[in-house]
Amino acid sequence: MLLGPIVWILTVVICYIFIGHYWWFPPPISQHGQAYDAQFTVTLWVTGIIFFLAQAALGWVIIRYRDKGGVAKYSHGNNALEALWTSATALLFIGLVLAGTRIWAAVHFAEAPADALRIEVLGKQFAWSFRYAGPDGKFGRLDIKQINDANGNPFGIDASDPSGKDDLTSASLKVPAGRPILLILRSRDVIHNFFVRELRLKQDIVPGMEIPFHFQADTPGTYEVPCSELCGLGHHQMRTTMEVMAEADFEKWKREQAAQK
Amino acid sequence: MSSHIVHAGHQAPTGFIRRYIFSLDHKVIGIQYYFLALFSVFLGMGLSLLMRYHMVYPDAKVGWFETLWPTGAAGGIMTPELYLSLLTMHGTIMVFFVLTTAPQSGFGNYFLPIQIGAEDMAFPVLNMLSFWATFLALVVMVAAFFVPGGAPLSGWTAYPPLSAVGPLAGPGEGLGQTLWVFSIAIFSGASLMGAINFIATTIDLRCKGMSMMRLPLTCWSWFVTAILGLLGFAVLLAAGVLLLLDRMAGTSFFLPAGLVVNDQILSHKGGSPLLWQHLFWFFGHPEVYIAILPGMGVASQLLSTFARKPIFGYRAMVYAILGIGFLGFFVWGHHMFMSGMNPYSAMAFSVLTMSIGVPSAIKTFNWIGTLWGGRIRFDTAMLFALGFVSLFVTGGISGIFLGQPALDLYFHDTYFVVGHFHMIMGVAAIFGMFAGTFYWFPKMFGRMMNETLGKIHFYLTFIGVYAIFTPMHFLGIAGNPRRYADFTNFEFMGKLMPVHTFMTWAAILTATAQIIFVVNLVWSMMRGKKAPVNPWEATTLEWTIPSPPPFDNFAGKHPVVNHGPYEYSVPGAPKDYIMQSDPA
Repeated sequence: MLLGPIVWILTVVICYIFIGHYWWFPPPISQHGQAYDAQFTVTLWVTGIIFFLAQAALGWVIIRYRDKGGVAKYSHGNNALEALWTSATALLFIGLVLAGTRIWAAVHFAEAPADALRIEVLGKQFAWSFRYAGPDGKFGRLDIKQINDANGNPFGIDASDPSGKDDLTSASLKVPAGRPILLILRSRDVIHNFFVRELRLKQDIVPGMEIPFHFQADTPGTYEVPCSELCGLGHHQMRTTMEVMAEADFEKWKREQAAQK
Repeated sequence: MSSHIVHAGHQAPTGFIRRYIFSLDHKVIGIQYYFLALFSVFLGMGLSLLMRYHMVYPDAKVGWFETLWPTGAAGGIMTPELYLSLLTMHGTIMVFFVLTTAPQSGFGNYFLPIQIGAEDMAFPVLNMLSFWATFLALVVMVAAFFVPGGAPLSGWTAYPPLSAVGPLAGPGEGLGQTLWVFSIAIFSGASLMGAINFIATTIDLRCKGMSMMRLPLTCWSWFVTAILGLLGFAVLLAAGVLLLLDRMAGTSFFLPAGLVVNDQILSHKGGSPLLWQHLFWFFGHPEVYIAILPGMGVASQLLSTFARKPIFGYRAMVYAILGIGFLGFFVWGHHMFMSGMNPYSAMAFSVLTMSIGVPSAIKTFNWIGTLWGGRIRFDTAMLFALGFVSLFVTGGISGIFLGQPALDLYFHDTYFVVGHFHMIMGVAAIFGMFAGTFYWFPKMFGRMMNETLGKIHFYLTFIGVYAIFTPMHFLGIAGNPRRYADFTNFEFMGKLMPVHTFMTWAAILTATAQIIFVVNLVWSMMRGKKAPVNPWEATTLEWTIPSPPPFDNFAGKHPVVNHGPYEYSVPGAPKDYIMQSDPA
């Protein structure tokens, strides 16, 4: 009997915290992020209403139908009601997933635009590296025997390939704002995961696979990148940042990096 | 429906060892499983408290950490590798040795034969073997703590390459991980033996009149769970053997070419890390239903009994159990939306995942329909069943977010997932076990549990688990990744520390409240009020025999069933319930 009001109070408190946004997403920095947030909001309302009604009904029957000495109703159920709530939930749940399909398709079915800036991403225990093609626009060949973290060659860029001489490597990700980016994700040891909260995007990085992953960030700023797939004892330290820069600043950064080589 | 006379010719054993240790009696084996799970749940809970403490106070020096783990916690400060080994062992012990063991092997072993009017399980020797194999698996698993390098750090999902390349990938990945795989393989074998036994028993040993559509819903859930176990553990066993071969025989089932681990070039080639994920989750997702279906059965049984009303929509409930069991094998891919598998397959997996929400919703509606118009008695067993319904709703609803690949683009591997599965597979299932304990304890031990202690324990635990696991959803929305030993390296996680601190203290308090349960259990076993034959005025067959039942459940008689399992408040009947075995 006491349980009824407790269920109600818990329900109200949980709904209150969800509505209050006390701990919430950071603002989105892309169109995909905005679409994501819209889909999340629709799902939150649909599930929130179901959650509230189901818990409220549970609390209600606990209070209303406590044993007061009467006689319980003898009933084995109601097929019309069964049919109603089966089809209603089926429509609602499948409808939600279909509504979100566009978002998934834009991320994974659509190819990156031809003019997308191509950046290679390497995950390893427990650091990130990013590689940009130099002025020749070509990435040099890789050779795992030439991998040398201490000498700044985590990718193992082959010294004998001239097109690799001008490749830039960086420990953090720099991207120009407003331009499509195509990441090529690779790992050389275990599974890692590339996650930027503000982009609302996440992708596992799997050894033995090259996973293309495209996006476009519009709001300049510096955003944290936490590894999001358990990769070993330093998993919680596997951090880098993604800096979204104005196009001119990005070109300037590339020139500076090239000059330092 | 031929009724084999299992006990024919074998008398109750008299020696202590044959009676209580290597017993063939399904009731003793059920209790053995129950206590194995009880030991495991306190071990697993203890590990989680250490983890929660470390997350919030990563620099705290705790002297006895060093006593327990001289290298993992040198100077009393827990290392990240020790944290991850606790995480791995917490998940593994809870999933296998608690959630798979108590609801199915514990209560199922004890009550399935009695509820269907049988004298024992179909294969008593197999039953004994499956318990002792489970026991061996637990010993091997716990032994991983005590070997050089300690317990593995690859999580309960043991994704290769991390779990497959040996100590290069980190401490615990040597002998510790090998023992882990061995333990899982032994456990899979034990579960297969149990599953065969449950299926044969349900099909073959039902007494006269016990048609499938007169089975109590508990029996239906144990039966379908056994089928899931048979199909799921067979695949996990195979996956475990392949992982062992990759680790010990130099094969490359899960390891691709070009691996450079810890600056060493490995010679593996041709394997795929995703293969393990497919095999693991083909088991892993049905495993979620292995954990929760028996709880759903117990909840259905108790809601009807204590509301003094027939279950609302018995047939719909049966079809929902079957539907969940069937669909449960086609949704494993929703664990892999971010894994790099073909993104088109995500569409199929997500539609199927949403479909499985439908039978789950049917069950919830029918539970509320059962209570509607009832005359509810609030014994502790019933409180836990009602708590189960509330937690099932809360834990299930967050699945609607995670089942959408689009939303999983953010939530995958965040605390949102941790909150979701702890709510539903963890605490809802555990509430099912508590409900079963309070309901069946009088039958199992012949004494009643203390209701006052029971209610205090219930309310503290119910509020406690909401306080621990609801905030995880907010952490997930804020983007906090799971499996982080501490949160000091990221700026955005620093702002979430008050939430973590709240959860840690909620966990410590809720865990402390479990002492009340243990006291109640032990005290009631010794000093509880003597239990009558049918303390809850329930209808199923276990309530027709003495508490506790004799070795020969029905004392050589063959029960005959004339009624459905939930005939409460039948108009014109002399009492407000008709036992299944009452005359027609």
